[in-house]
Amino acid sequence: MAVILDLAAQGGQMGVVLTLSPLLVGFTRKVKARLLRRRGPPILQPYRDLLRLMRKETVLAENASWLFRSAPYLIFATTWVAASLVPTYAAGLMFSWCGDLIAITALLGAARFLLALAGMDVGTSFGGIGSSRETMFASLAEPAMIMIVFSVALIAGSTQLSEIAASSLAHYQLRVSFGLALIGLAIVAIAENGRIPVDNPATHLELTMVHEAMVLEYSGRHLAMIELASALKLLLYLSMIACIFVPLGIAPAGAGPRAFLYGALAYLAKLAVGGFLLAFFEISTAKMRVFRVPDFLGAALMLGLLGTLLLFVSRSL
Amino acid sequence: MAYGLLASSAGDYSFDAIRAGEREAWKSGLVLALTLLGAGSKAGLAPLHIWLPLAHPAAPSHVSALMSGVMTKVAVYGFVRIVFDLLGAPAFWWGIPLLALGAVTAVLGILFAMIQSDLKKLLAYSTIENIGVIFIALGLALAFKANGMALPAALAFTAALFHAFNHSLFKSVLFFGAGAVQTATGERDIERLGGLIHVMPRTAFVLLGASIAISALPPFNGFVSEWLIFQAILLSPSLPQWSLKLTVPAVGAMLALSAALTAGCFVRAYGTAFLGRARSEAAAAARETDKLSLSTMAALLTLCLLAGVLPSFLIDTISPAARLFVGGRMPAQEEIPWLSIVPIAESRSSYNGLLVCLFVAISAFLAARVIHVLGSRNTRRGPAWDCGYPDPSPATQYTASSFAQPVRRALGNIVFVARDHLDMPTPGDTRPARLGVEIRDRAFEGLYAPLSGAVDFCADQLNKAHFLTIQGYLSLVFAALVLLLLVVAIWQ
Repeated sequence: MAVILDLAAQGGQMGVVLTLSPLLVGFTRKVKARLLRRRGPPILQPYRDLLRLMRKETVLAENASWLFRSAPYLIFATTWVAASLVPTYAAGLMFSWCGDLIAITALLGAARFLLALAGMDVGTSFGGIGSSRETMFASLAEPAMIMIVFSVALIAGSTQLSEIAASSLAHYQLRVSFGLALIGLAIVAIAENGRIPVDNPATHLELTMVHEAMVLEYSGRHLAMIELASALKLLLYLSMIACIFVPLGIAPAGAGPRAFLYGALAYLAKLAVGGFLLAFFEISTAKMRVFRVPDFLGAALMLGLLGTLLLFVSRSL
Repeated sequence: MAYGLLASSAGDYSFDAIRAGEREAWKSGLVLALTLLGAGSKAGLAPLHIWLPLAHPAAPSHVSALMSGVMTKVAVYGFVRIVFDLLGAPAFWWGIPLLALGAVTAVLGILFAMIQSDLKKLLAYSTIENIGVIFIALGLALAFKANGMALPAALAFTAALFHAFNHSLFKSVLFFGAGAVQTATGERDIERLGGLIHVMPRTAFVLLGASIAISALPPFNGFVSEWLIFQAILLSPSLPQWSLKLTVPAVGAMLALSAALTAGCFVRAYGTAFLGRARSEAAAAARETDKLSLSTMAALLTLCLLAGVLPSFLIDTISPAARLFVGGRMPAQEEIPWLSIVPIAESRSSYNGLLVCLFVAISAFLAARVIHVLGSRNTRRGPAWDCGYPDPSPATQYTASSFAQPVRRALGNIVFVARDHLDMPTPGDTRPARLGVEIRDRAFEGLYAPLSGAVDFCADQLNKAHFLTIQGYLSLVFAALVLLLLVVAIWQ
């Protein structure tokens, strides 16, 4: 019985991230539009878009290879698994020990690797420009992420997200490195999800796009998979920030259904706040030039390094 | 010379005698420096790396694979044998030169790989990067060992050996693949390849796996060893020395940077050579390589995948070596349920490559099934969209050098003095405008150019001695004899 409950909780986690991610995208778009005094599309619009794309015929470029056709499913699966490893409403789920924060970062890296390759597959100039820029961003965002992981892991004494959440719940205290890690993680999250000021998710103005340039040749069900994967990635980063820095309400390991319910409510509230903050940040800044992004990400890297260094030094005091 | 110093106290070159001998601290330090010089130049540690990317690609591809995959590991083995085994108890600062050199080598190597367009040269530079990673792990192991922390030392040492093993696997596949490409097209320059995935689909599949493995991405083996190194770094705040405390986080950042750049480098290499449209007729007319080469590559790649999803067996295999060299071992991984790996304790960190791989495979399969059954399964082929302006010429694709341009611009000015120069004709002139890139290796200019200058100068001076009279030669011999006798007299 306990095993079935555990399995149900784990399966519920996978289902929750999958069903909530388009909602989060729709919510952020709606808030953004309302803040700009537009009416905006309905919150449920991303679901309709996904369904429409899945039902449509797929148009492939003449020289698209097997890699181009299989990459969307692999990208989606990798992102989905990574998102399911981040505790949302409950910590210490049945398979949560499969991968730690470093593994989650690497899974996202694998998804990006495939996406960048898929962008180069058809051999168009836009695909290449997108892949090339994504590679440049990633080469700074990934070390920044690892440094942030280091500082968080050194505070909690673990790289497992469930343990990190439990330890920040147990002794909640204000730490300089924690603050630095939070700012750094926010910068990485913005860059990784291609939000303003790094990339504009709504643009189709050719020379400014990065993510959209890579997926330009995709259509139909393949595009649906990629859109869903990027929605999952946004959800993943918000849940990660919520889990590390505001773990209030997460059901601890081995908790009953009532704790799960509270956890789910707290999680929804955190997502709403996170989505609102993201939308607010996006409307209050302008997109920056591509070659200023390394400075932006370099700041995150330095913040992470500084936080880690502080922890290394303060350990002996 | 390191051997001479090692043996001098015991007067015997056998391993046992050296191990038993006592040495002063400065002598051990000198041995370390000399070993680092000797093994480092063989393995390709910066700044002694410059011969490697010139020598390795010159050999036939299977020999290059042997050189990169095995020969550099021999140097690593020699280094480990001398420093960890023969030299006795290490001092804490021994780890610092290893960590610093390893980190610099890793980042330099991969940045140079990022801008190469010769496929085999790129792989040789990536070998340098991996040697840097191995030396980082060895430096950590040495630092832990010096402080008597057996468990972390075993973790770092296992990571080093694991990475050495992994590198010999995936680098062999990559060099074999480069050889297959060269045989099929006669080209090593990725700027003249492209679209090989259509004509060599099987080679393309195997090399995709190897590229993912070398980029340290799950579920392959490269990720496991880098993950172990990161875990070792996370244990290092408990090191007591300040110099180590300040070095290790920076080294960690550089390791992460090199891992991220590796992924970018192999996206670029694979994307330009195998994806897109053919940039030359030779690339368009290529044929799939023979079955024997393919099966060799596939077998090695299978080993990569196995080492990635079942790392616990490999870690247990390495643990006797770790006990021999650093006096500790990681917890036995065999008894851990679900075949996952746990370096220290389950509450600290664990990773299960098998389950992650299975989950990804199952959810990808499910997603594809569900969409094909419930959604649409129709496919139509059409011309590429490219925002409405597709151009039939393959020259309009992104090239390898344009792909590397953002990284070159963001990071290149510090490392290699990269300079773009534009040659713009004056109005009315009919010659085309050209954009050139000039890249220089600082190690070559700063170290080797003065060195070769000094050697040239000495040779010039000595050249004069070739034209002496017979009396001159005899008096030279006499002077040398007197000098040597004097030295002997003073020494006694």
